[in-house]
Amino acid sequence: MYDTLTPENAVEQKEIKIDAENVQVFYGDTHAIKDVSVKIEDKTVTAFIGPSGCGKSTFLRCLNRMNDTIDICRVEGKILLDGEDIYDKQVDPVQLRAKVGMVFQKPNPFPKSIYDNIAYGPRIHGLARNKADLDEIVEKSLRRGAIWDEVKDRLDQPGTGLSGGQQQRLCIARAVATEPEVLLMDEPCSALDPIATAQVEELIDELRQDYSVVIVTHSMQQAARVSQKTAFFHLGNLVEFGETSQIFTNPVDPRTESYITGRIG
Amino acid sequence: MSAGLVILVVFLIASAGFYLGRSRIIRAAGGDIRKLHSRPNYYGLTVALFGAVPALLLTIFWLILQPVYIENQVSKQIEPGDIPEGGSLSLVMSDVRRIADGLDVAVADGVMTEDKIATLDTDLTDLRARLGEVGVAVASDIKPNVFGAATVYRELASGLRMAMAVVVIGVSLAGAAFAMLRIHPGYRARNVSERAIKALLILSSSVAILTTIGIISSLLFETLHFFKLYQARDFFFSMTWNPQFRGGSDLGILPLLWGTLYVSFVALVFAVPIGLLAAVYLSEYASKPVRAFAKPAIEILAGIPTIVYGLFALITVGPLLRDYFAQPLGLGNSSSSVLTAGVVMGIMLIPFVSSLSDDVINAVPQTMRDGSYGLGATKSETIKQVILPAALPGIVGAVLLAASRAIGETMIVVMGAGAAAKLSLNPFEAMTTITVKIVSQLTGDTEFASPETLVAFALGLSLFVVTLGLNVLALYIVRKYREQYE
Amino acid sequence: MTDASTPETSPRGKPSSSLLRQDARTKKRNASEARFRTYGAVAIGIAILALVALLGSVLYNGSSAFRQTFIALDIYLDPAKLDKDGSGDLEKIAKVSTFGYAPLIKAAFEKEFEKPEIGVEGLKSKDAAKMISKEGPAELRRYVLANPDMIGETVRFDFLASGRIDGYFKGRVTMESAERDKNVSPQQLQLADQLKDAGLLRTKFNPGFLTRADASENRPEAAGLGVAILGSFYMVIVVLVLALPIGVATSIYLEEFAPKNWLTDVIEVNISNLAAVPSIVFGILGLAIFINFAGLPQSAPIVGGLVLTLMTLPTIIIATRASLKAVPPSIRDAALGVGASKMQSVFHHVLPLAAPGILTGTILGLAQALGETAPLLLIGMVAFVREFPAAPPEGLFDPAAALPVQVYNWTQRADPAFVERASGAIIVLLVFLLLMNAVAIILRRRFERRW
Repeated sequence: MYDTLTPENAVEQKEIKIDAENVQVFYGDTHAIKDVSVKIEDKTVTAFIGPSGCGKSTFLRCLNRMNDTIDICRVEGKILLDGEDIYDKQVDPVQLRAKVGMVFQKPNPFPKSIYDNIAYGPRIHGLARNKADLDEIVEKSLRRGAIWDEVKDRLDQPGTGLSGGQQQRLCIARAVATEPEVLLMDEPCSALDPIATAQVEELIDELRQDYSVVIVTHSMQQAARVSQKTAFFHLGNLVEFGETSQIFTNPVDPRTESYITGRIG
Repeated sequence: MSAGLVILVVFLIASAGFYLGRSRIIRAAGGDIRKLHSRPNYYGLTVALFGAVPALLLTIFWLILQPVYIENQVSKQIEPGDIPEGGSLSLVMSDVRRIADGLDVAVADGVMTEDKIATLDTDLTDLRARLGEVGVAVASDIKPNVFGAATVYRELASGLRMAMAVVVIGVSLAGAAFAMLRIHPGYRARNVSERAIKALLILSSSVAILTTIGIISSLLFETLHFFKLYQARDFFFSMTWNPQFRGGSDLGILPLLWGTLYVSFVALVFAVPIGLLAAVYLSEYASKPVRAFAKPAIEILAGIPTIVYGLFALITVGPLLRDYFAQPLGLGNSSSSVLTAGVVMGIMLIPFVSSLSDDVINAVPQTMRDGSYGLGATKSETIKQVILPAALPGIVGAVLLAASRAIGETMIVVMGAGAAAKLSLNPFEAMTTITVKIVSQLTGDTEFASPETLVAFALGLSLFVVTLGLNVLALYIVRKYREQYE
Repeated sequence: MTDASTPETSPRGKPSSSLLRQDARTKKRNASEARFRTYGAVAIGIAILALVALLGSVLYNGSSAFRQTFIALDIYLDPAKLDKDGSGDLEKIAKVSTFGYAPLIKAAFEKEFEKPEIGVEGLKSKDAAKMISKEGPAELRRYVLANPDMIGETVRFDFLASGRIDGYFKGRVTMESAERDKNVSPQQLQLADQLKDAGLLRTKFNPGFLTRADASENRPEAAGLGVAILGSFYMVIVVLVLALPIGVATSIYLEEFAPKNWLTDVIEVNISNLAAVPSIVFGILGLAIFINFAGLPQSAPIVGGLVLTLMTLPTIIIATRASLKAVPPSIRDAALGVGASKMQSVFHHVLPLAAPGILTGTILGLAQALGETAPLLLIGMVAFVREFPAAPPEGLFDPAAALPVQVYNWTQRADPAFVERASGAIIVLLVFLLLMNAVAIILRRRFERRW
């Protein structure tokens, strides 16, 4: 069952990109994340798995402070990105999010042309000196998003006209265009069909060359296919974190075992 | 017997029918209501409906047709010579009606007796004074034919009123009796009465359609009448508006249209940015306490009647703009001006624009915002580059609806814009609008057959067509926009 | 955008910058963010300022309308003038016109002038009598006709002071303006001051503002809202009686029974368009159909009520349909499931549950009707009406005024005293609207259910 695991899974320790220590998250009175500590490596795909409502998405949204947009949400603890606390008062979430990009569950292209969708990020962050630069960024990003060949002839058409899988790859390309260092993906394939899912998974594997990718998924098979590290969340607790191969073949915690064998979830 | 009394009697018959029908069917079932097809109340209801509905419908038709019939009969009494110079038949007829009513009042008050009226033919001078005593003023001396018409009017009216009472009550009783005879324990009283109720529901729904038909037909009819007296080409293309009491008026819509559009434009320039920014601020930025205070405050503006805005324009904004802007700048010294009306109308439209914009902004899905924030966009970048472009069709629809309201608004321009029809660019000058002229042409004592009065209907029709067009367009755009996100 | 001093570059070819320092571009973007936010706050500020200015202007100009200056005088009801032959015959007393009562007031001033502290040089009692409202003699006459046995007695009356004297105590009239005004002289104002010191002249709450009928151009002090309030009340009743059942019936049909066909579509489109037809067009409709065609009387509350009914119907229908729609289908299914007919499920279950929403919508529709002016202008409600309409149903056909139209009427008059009264009338109107809205809000709070 797990033979899709690639040999790199067991390779040497990499540089730590994100270091979360004792993170607590509250939604009003609800204690959504309880004392979670996790170290996320660079150039690695880290998967967060767990039953729905376990807090994996919430935790993911802490990593680029998307939770700030929710009034009643409160985050405690420390999350370090390259050694800097992202919840420090001096940190501008806008600058943070340029470094930590995000792809969402539902493909959400803007109601603009494909070109403008990709160019949106580079424009607001001022990444291009001129039009030629921008063209180049757009092409590069679309290539990285593995969608260039499909859309290169219709860059001026609305992004909303693409199919679901294409839209999601467009969104990934859009996230890549701002040249982030970390890419967060919140169940990026849940709204896609199997073929589109396979394309996106392949893309994720390629992105690992340059980025630290964190992916939330409810599909254990997907976690096993794409990730090198896996974190298992349950009821707001981080139950187990380790090499994907180890989690799936030889889990330490009985709850992890129950989940991956399908007894809870 | 007055119509009110007749209707009351019909209701009494219906409610008596309800109880009789109900008790009859219970007796027929031997007191065991399980033997009945429907519950006893439905049998009562059937009888009541049969008693009331046909009779009431008949009353309505009678009341509508009776005046038309009487008018026809009575106007035969009037000879061309009875119509004063420059007057019209309708004016004489209203005199006839007034005299007839006056005689009724006089009899009721005991000032005159029926016998006296019958012998009055010879001495009409006294009549005017007598009518004056009971509070009915008749403008000129009463001519014999007019008095004759009034007598005929009275006879016909009282005769028909009596006939109506007899016929309507007869129909009511017959209906109730018919239903009483039909009901028996197996009778499907529920189905019958439900069908009748459904018919009533449908009838009610037709009121909305009838209103539209009424609006369109009254506007069209009188407008055609107007165009018989006045060239349509002059109305649509003449650059002057100058009504004269003695005829020979210039009745060009263009100066009025210009004033209307100018005032509406000023109002929109004021209201759209403020309303839109207010909506954006409230939905994207405002903290809870600010929203809890500001939102209802802006909604209060929407609930204030336009007469209040009109007064505000007249006593506050107008003098303010005149004393602090127009006069120092040498641009005019009128307190009513395009700017006065425009600004006040703008204030009136703020809540309208802001609540419509609020709707369309909230219709933009949250995922769109997330996508933008996730890329590191600031709130204002998200709003300006993602939300507003996405909401643009809806906002355009909202602006069109606001424009339609501005064009049709009456009280603010009546009290704030002025009455002089002018084609000018100076916003501090008084100008006038279509609605102002509708009011002024229809509230004076002008007679109803002159082009100066009838022009109001042509203006009304133009207004109706323009606002309807804007509304239909706006609703279409908004609907298309909603579908996009559903 | 980039920080060149940072030597470390990421494999992505972009220099990695610290999060703890804002780079220049972020600063610029945040400044633009703050600017945009300020624009929004300013827009809110302007809207609220406009509201405050609007209400403030009305309150500032109108609150004084509820207070009026009264002058108390001891009037000797002189039999020589009122009942010459001393017969006490009411018919004969009634023959004395209002004009005949004016000398009594003059005489009362002559008497006051005997007091040392009262009297202004050059002011004759005839001119002093002009300080009393022209309504004063009429009031006297009414009193005498009601109490003929008081003839020969001295009675203390609280007369309305004339509009200018009243204006003097409200700051509208000054000594300087009186110089130029042919309706009032500085001497009269001096006398008014003396009367005030003597306790005869007082400014106090004036219930007449709410109860009296309108008064003519040259006696603003006597003008009241009585007829207008009654007329508005009649119209609202007509609207309630007609619009509520028709609106609810239409909504029930469209929401619950109507088949999906072109006719239903026509009705739907029709209603949403009617809601946006300018109100003045409804006035034209009323004039053409109800007055010209059906021959209903001008200025009558029934016509106003009918026009406003047609105008508010779309509002009520839209509100009613929304609250019918809010009742979940499961309720209907439950009723149908136990064998109720469609009609029974609607009338026994859906309608009661939707009732609070329907009532709220109706009250808001009535509030809209109460404040509407333009259509009423066209159906003759601007007429000067001094008589109170009779009790309904006949009263519905009597001429009457309406609150908002009364406001408009008063603004068209020359005497500045009417500005105060127009604003005062607006306050009354707004109080009614406030009450209606409060009731609607309470209804919504107490009974509205969220499914």
